[in-house]
Amino acid sequence: MSGESGSTEHPRRSIAFQVLRKAYSSGPLSREGDAARSTVQRYVGFFFRGLVLLIALAMLLPLAYLIFRAGGVGWTEVLGLLGRTRMLAIMWNSLILVCGVTTLSLLLALPFAWLTERTDLPGWRIWTVLAMMPLVIPSYVGGYTLIAMFGPRGVLQEFLSPLGVERLPSIYGFTGALWVLTLFTYPYIFMSIRAALHRFDPSVEEAARSLGYNGLQTFLRVTIPNLRPAITAGGLLVALYTLSDFGAVSLLRFNSFTRAIYVQYLSSFDRNVASLLSLALIVFTIILLLLERNSRGKGRPRYYRSSAGVAAPRKRIELARRKWLALAFCGAVVMAALVLPTGVILYWLLRGLASGESLAPVWAATLNSFRAGALAAIAAAILGLPVAYAAVRMGGRLMSFAARAVYLGYGLPGIVIALSLVFLGANFAPWLYQTLWMLVFAYVVRFLPQAMGAMQISLLQMNPRLEEAGRSLGLGNRAVFRRITAPIVRPGVLAGMALVFLTTVKELPATLLLSPTGFSTLATQIWSATDEAFFTRAAAPALVLLAMSAFSIFLVLMQEEKEVVSG
Amino acid sequence: MPPGLHLQGISKQFGTGDASVLAVNDASLTVDRGEFVALLGPSGCGKTSTLRLIAGFERVDAGAIEIDGTLVAGDAVHVQPEKRRIGMVFQEYALFPHVSVLANIEFGLRRMTATDRTARTREILELTGLAGLEGRMPHELSGGQQQRVALARALAPNPALILLDEPFSNLDAGLRARVRAEVGEILHAAKTTAIFVTHDQEEALSLVDRVAVMLNGSIEQVASPHELYSRPATRSVAEFIGDANFLPGVAHGDTIECEIGILAARQQIKGPVDILLRPENVELLAAQPGLPAARVRHTLFFGHDQLITVQLPTGTFLTARLGPSDAYVPDLPLQVAVRSPVIAFPRSS
Repeated sequence: MSGESGSTEHPRRSIAFQVLRKAYSSGPLSREGDAARSTVQRYVGFFFRGLVLLIALAMLLPLAYLIFRAGGVGWTEVLGLLGRTRMLAIMWNSLILVCGVTTLSLLLALPFAWLTERTDLPGWRIWTVLAMMPLVIPSYVGGYTLIAMFGPRGVLQEFLSPLGVERLPSIYGFTGALWVLTLFTYPYIFMSIRAALHRFDPSVEEAARSLGYNGLQTFLRVTIPNLRPAITAGGLLVALYTLSDFGAVSLLRFNSFTRAIYVQYLSSFDRNVASLLSLALIVFTIILLLLERNSRGKGRPRYYRSSAGVAAPRKRIELARRKWLALAFCGAVVMAALVLPTGVILYWLLRGLASGESLAPVWAATLNSFRAGALAAIAAAILGLPVAYAAVRMGGRLMSFAARAVYLGYGLPGIVIALSLVFLGANFAPWLYQTLWMLVFAYVVRFLPQAMGAMQISLLQMNPRLEEAGRSLGLGNRAVFRRITAPIVRPGVLAGMALVFLTTVKELPATLLLSPTGFSTLATQIWSATDEAFFTRAAAPALVLLAMSAFSIFLVLMQEEKEVVSG
Repeated sequence: MPPGLHLQGISKQFGTGDASVLAVNDASLTVDRGEFVALLGPSGCGKTSTLRLIAGFERVDAGAIEIDGTLVAGDAVHVQPEKRRIGMVFQEYALFPHVSVLANIEFGLRRMTATDRTARTREILELTGLAGLEGRMPHELSGGQQQRVALARALAPNPALILLDEPFSNLDAGLRARVRAEVGEILHAAKTTAIFVTHDQEEALSLVDRVAVMLNGSIEQVASPHELYSRPATRSVAEFIGDANFLPGVAHGDTIECEIGILAARQQIKGPVDILLRPENVELLAAQPGLPAARVRHTLFFGHDQLITVQLPTGTFLTARLGPSDAYVPDLPLQVAVRSPVIAFPRSS
């Protein structure tokens, strides 16, 4: 039985409490104290806004350089460059890739999240973990496994050649890129939808059922509209990831922006073209961000529960005979996104071990990856929280500009950030250039939005009335933050840190260009081995990367369990 | 005319094996069309489960449910919630947070023509006193207003049965009495059959035509509030509804012998019994010399009345509800008398 104990005591008690507090705090003395406190608060607020703005400006640094570079190019030159680089084709490629990956990811993530969170799918806990696991596989590793499986001289070809099959259909180009990016980015949407479903009061759906809507109609008319903020947030992450992905598209030779930029940079030594292409890519990002803002409608979404009290215990929908269909769906996704790729890696690892590969360099690379990832996660938490708070709670154009500025970093491909910082470091900060701090700064510019996304979701979850309740009980701004906001937001911060750690360890292009000399990470090892077609040498670091990322996801899940138990 | 709701021996078990709980145990209930019945019981007695079985959110393990003469559950039948023509008001209101008050109310009216829908919505807005608030979003409403929107949304499609799950537990005490009266009037005006789940007996006794008392998964008694209080069917019901003293005695048909004398029994009964004495049926008289006296142990003064607890010579405690005129000091010697006839229940152990 649920919540049958009436919550009558608490309001009454708190009213009495307020009356008492008022009685004690009246009088001239405390009024002076209030005045002094509000002055202090004003300064704190001013300082806070300044801090948020400073963080945002630092995040804008690489972009500022790009504009500065591109500004040096004349208009006629620009038109000539656009003609030569087949800009329209590149744009079109990027557009269909982003649309395709986002749509397919949603088609995988939405049913998967619903099945694991709302139905009696056998083993839903395990499926939940398995559904998120593909996040641990970086897109370039995914691309490598696809090539090693279905490509020329891949596993499949090896098995089929005795049967006389000389040639498989090519997996290079759009199909391969779409396949790889969808399978390894859909968990972003899955996680965001799952979290939203978890918060969403099932009795709202039951209300629709009682009003004559069947299961499917309820899902379409009530559940989906309420999941819209989560779908948009997750979809935006996937779209931006796809737009800035470098590893998969370059391995699979699909000419989208990032590959074109890299090719330009390598072949022509003309950074102006790379800058122009990068700016075009940034325009795309801005369009995505505007779409996201419009989809939210006017004002901020306020989808937190409209009334106080505890949610009813969840009743999972019985799948009955449809269970097999559900299991087949989940199984197919996990097979394609997890089992096959790891299987291929293991296959190459065993072949490598059989031929006497050394594992010593893997250990050093693991330590390096761990250090860089941990530093980036800590930095992202410290820098992300003030901006997330300002974005959700503080009004004003300046603060919303700050949030957008931070999000822009995600649209900057790692290769562009890296190029930008290489130049900046070499010219303006030689003491920073070729240090770990420069690399961490690049990571933070890239991945701060991930931390912020998680933080903003938990801040949105927090009813502002809770803070007001704290204020009404005599807590100051800082005390409210420490005793109310922080404990509620902490899970979001930890989730954000885990995400940053995860993506940092997987990050390729910035690591490639900004690592201090001799600083070899798991990602750079895999890259160089793949680049030289040493598939066996890429297998061991890929496996370590997988294990580390898996642990990170495990931490996030544990945190959620805690929330469920204590909530 | 078939009854508005008929429950025939329904049961529901949750979980399996050692962890299983029999939430509803062979519960039966008949509610007339247009009647307003409360399902009253303590926390965990199975009343919310019963409501969810009626609504169709859970499947019955045994028994049958009929709404307006139509079998909706039982005999391998399970009609989906959306086909049962019910309206439900949830404890948390469960308003759709993404749409306005108007869209919430119109949600169940999609099969109507646009003109019918507008007319019905206006009618419901008037009935529930929500006119003028239709453009608001749910989070912009007070608790009492959200409550009325939830009720309006449930009433709008003209359901055969309205189910209310602890609808007032989220309102603060000051607001509760007013909203309760409003809801009572609205449901009365709408002439809909309604079931209302609560753990608050004052709420149940003051609002409805009949009360079904549910204890440990079973419906123990269904009666008018007056009858429930004055003629409880079982000792458990007597204990649950109102204040009760129990005095051991031995029954001899029409009379019952006990510590304070021989009392007239309301019904024929024999053997060892527990006599139910409501505090207002206990009288305190001046002590008489030569007879063993009861003594005052505890007093609670409320103004319009007072509760006096006395200890009988054998050590048993009795509580009496008296007018405010006399003052009782601790240890005051007294004689105890009781208004007859009394109700007694066979002693189980």
